Amino acid sequence: MSNRVITAVRARSPVAEAWDMFVRNHAAVAALIVLFLIAVGAVAGPYLYPTDPFDMVWSPFSPPGEHGFLLGTDYLGRDLLAMIINGARVSLLIGLAAAMVSIFIGVTIGAVAGFYRGWVEEVLMRITEFFQVLPTLLFSMVLVALFGASLAMITFAIGVVSWTAVARITRAEFLRIRELEFVIASRASGAHNAKLMFAVILPNAMPPIIVQSALMVGTAILFEAGLSFLGLTDPNVVSWGQIIGSNRQYILDASYTVTFPGLAIFITVLCISLIGDGLNDALNPKLRQR
Amino acid sequence: MRVFQSLLIRIFYAVILLTAVLILNFSLMYLAPGDVADTISQSMGGADQEVLDQIRADYGLDQPFLVQLGRYVGRILHFDLGYSFFYNDPVTKLILERLPATLLLVFTAQILALVVGVVLGVISARQPNGIASHFVTMLALFGYSAPVFWTGILLLIVFSLKIPWFPVAGMQDVTIEGGFMAHALDVLRHLVLPAITLASIFLALYSRLARATMLETLGSDYVRTAKAKGLPERHVVYKHALKNALSPVITLAGLQFSAVVSGAVLVETVFSWPGLGTLAFHSIIARDTPTILGILFFSALVVIVGNLLTDLVLRMIDPRLRGRGA
Repeated sequence: MSNRVITAVRARSPVAEAWDMFVRNHAAVAALIVLFLIAVGAVAGPYLYPTDPFDMVWSPFSPPGEHGFLLGTDYLGRDLLAMIINGARVSLLIGLAAAMVSIFIGVTIGAVAGFYRGWVEEVLMRITEFFQVLPTLLFSMVLVALFGASLAMITFAIGVVSWTAVARITRAEFLRIRELEFVIASRASGAHNAKLMFAVILPNAMPPIIVQSALMVGTAILFEAGLSFLGLTDPNVVSWGQIIGSNRQYILDASYTVTFPGLAIFITVLCISLIGDGLNDALNPKLRQR
Repeated sequence: MRVFQSLLIRIFYAVILLTAVLILNFSLMYLAPGDVADTISQSMGGADQEVLDQIRADYGLDQPFLVQLGRYVGRILHFDLGYSFFYNDPVTKLILERLPATLLLVFTAQILALVVGVVLGVISARQPNGIASHFVTMLALFGYSAPVFWTGILLLIVFSLKIPWFPVAGMQDVTIEGGFMAHALDVLRHLVLPAITLASIFLALYSRLARATMLETLGSDYVRTAKAKGLPERHVVYKHALKNALSPVITLAGLQFSAVVSGAVLVETVFSWPGLGTLAFHSIIARDTPTILGILFFSALVVIVGNLLTDLVLRMIDPRLRGRGA
């Protein structure tokens, strides 16, 4: 009890407090460091290791470590390491951007539904259920196939099918918070609806939305990998899923061409989900006492 | 009677959802660049504007949006999803040929994931700090983070190429002779790797939830009462606690149906499983729009039927839900 009083007296910011909790989760911290390194590699890698990922640098299927190619060459004799480094850009970029699209849609729909309730909520939740019934991957395959495989279209196609979880969480939080006293107080003091929604309720609804958003980035990266594995990707860029998709016929001769890019996806998404766990510990006050 | 009534409501609701899928399908086709006239003229090696206009008039493509939509829905009611110029077959025929394979894969994977997931969850809940518990945590992390097509390829490399236990691709071996049993066993052998791959994503999810709900129910009053009555531990765990811990897991499984169908597309592609997923893969490469949209419609149907079945199972195991509406 005395500890809590002292914290209150020090009046630390909630962010600092959450950070303290986050740091206690060693796996999450390690994951954050690894993810940071991956991001640095994605940004600076192509300059540090300037081999063109589309160049034929050696004969096909040179095994890892031989002829000066750390990860070997693929079925077209391209440098696998250069491909994975360049692929990181697309995978991370689309993962982030698509997650942002879906969070934007999900938060908007969830917030409006939870705030206005009544028929608005009914209609929006039916739309959400509709999107839950459509198999997400198939729907975005259809979108990309019909409207072209540009990076923007892929990002949109992933974002537009994966917002339902965020919408449900946001709505639940809004339904809970809108009845709390401080919201009623600001409503009474004349705050208009937009201010109530986005300046009063939303900041207090953020913790679960942040945790879900972190997981969304991981899901979006897996999603993009799935699409590009199926060949639904911009042919002018390399991405991790696409490396696996184009090399998979040759797994008998060169299984490493599939193993390494898969490991890259796996490690990246693993880090993101560990960070998500850490954020959950840090931001979910109910669990703090455990 | 009330069970029957609530089921009717669910079915009515499912029909509305399917109609919405149809409208979406049609809008996509309407908005997408290129139409049937382009496809036909391409297969003829090009055509002038007059011919294109004639084809559009023949297919009613010059009509307003709502008229076309009405005709489209009308055709669907006659089970006509259009014609695939790539396969030279009606889309309905193409899909119905491949639907059983997808259903087999999807339901086997769901049941496998549920059974193994619940067993793992129960074992790890009984010893929250035991080895099984850590295994469930690791499994959950792997299942969430590993791309399913990669897991599939790795299993394929190990259990089919390096150790030739299972066939590399397809659903059956055409050279096999013998009766029904021989063929069923053959399909089963082909099914093992795809089903395990697809189940791996959801196994993690279910075992984690089963563990959490089992921990909760094992700590509840009625379980303590049952133990205090002197009932054997096993009886309490499996008859009392498990029954209550099962509902949330099955509810979650129902919500996952659309994800399972999505995963099936990737798994089918990896293992050349002759279902809707491989059909989707090939028709997307061939830009075969009617087939793609037909698959989207049927896969939504699979999800809706899966949800209805989940609902029925839930009502069977949880009497509190019986007679409750939608």
